[in-house]
Amino acid sequence: MLHTILFLIFAGVCVAGALNFLLQHHPVNSALSLIVVMGSLALLFLMLGAEFVAAVQVIVYAGAVMVLFVFVIMLLNAGVEARSGGSKVAVVLGVPGLIIFFGLMYWILSAPRSQLENVQIGDFYVPTQDLGIALFREFLLPFEVTSVLVLIAIMGAVVLARRERP
Amino acid sequence: MIPLSWYLILGAILFAIGVASFLIKRNIITIFMSIELMLNAVNLTFVAFAAHWHQVSGQVFVFFVMVVAAAEAAVGLAIIIAIFRTRETLNVDQVNLLKL
Repeated sequence: MLHTILFLIFAGVCVAGALNFLLQHHPVNSALSLIVVMGSLALLFLMLGAEFVAAVQVIVYAGAVMVLFVFVIMLLNAGVEARSGGSKVAVVLGVPGLIIFFGLMYWILSAPRSQLENVQIGDFYVPTQDLGIALFREFLLPFEVTSVLVLIAIMGAVVLARRERP
Repeated sequence: MIPLSWYLILGAILFAIGVASFLIKRNIITIFMSIELMLNAVNLTFVAFAAHWHQVSGQVFVFFVMVVAAAEAAVGLAIIIAIFRTRETLNVDQVNLLKL
């Protein structure tokens, strides 16, 4: 019962923030709505027993990445975006996409309950220690590859954002 | 105690809103943020399935997705700054040439 109430509250905040993100015309408003979505997603992660993922969601996503976005928006002085007369791609791809989306949602809802059981709070709790053991034993190679990727990304960002010599 | 499908439907709704804003928005920074929204929706389904099958690896994948998203945001915003420096615009309709 408690789980249902909490899920409905945070899912409602999530969807409302995402819709606000879609409907706002100023990039700063969109960025702030996206921070709301990320914060309530972190609480949903906590309810699913993923405490480390929830903490990283708040620190890295809602903290670092969104601060970077807001910083770039202010640096480039981005104003209200120009209205365009609606691209044809949005109509051509959007209508079949919407139909497929609702079909898939109906299919998930009507799936037999034996495949998709209920989940509840405290049913599956992952301590950070278990996550670290899995990360550094089974997933050691992907972890190292990711560190190389981050290094390349840092160098690429520095090279791209550097001011050209006249 | 709620069905797992509720989490999956929430993830699907968030992903669909992300796709819609990717197609509708004209500002290049907002388009980038809608990519982040889609990645977040996928993270939610990863964590939900990890809780469903009692597997830690689902959460490790979320960790990798976050790292890749952070790297992508850094490089992408650097590209946006480089584009703005040469073209003085953020509207994707006016950025239609690969060279100057």
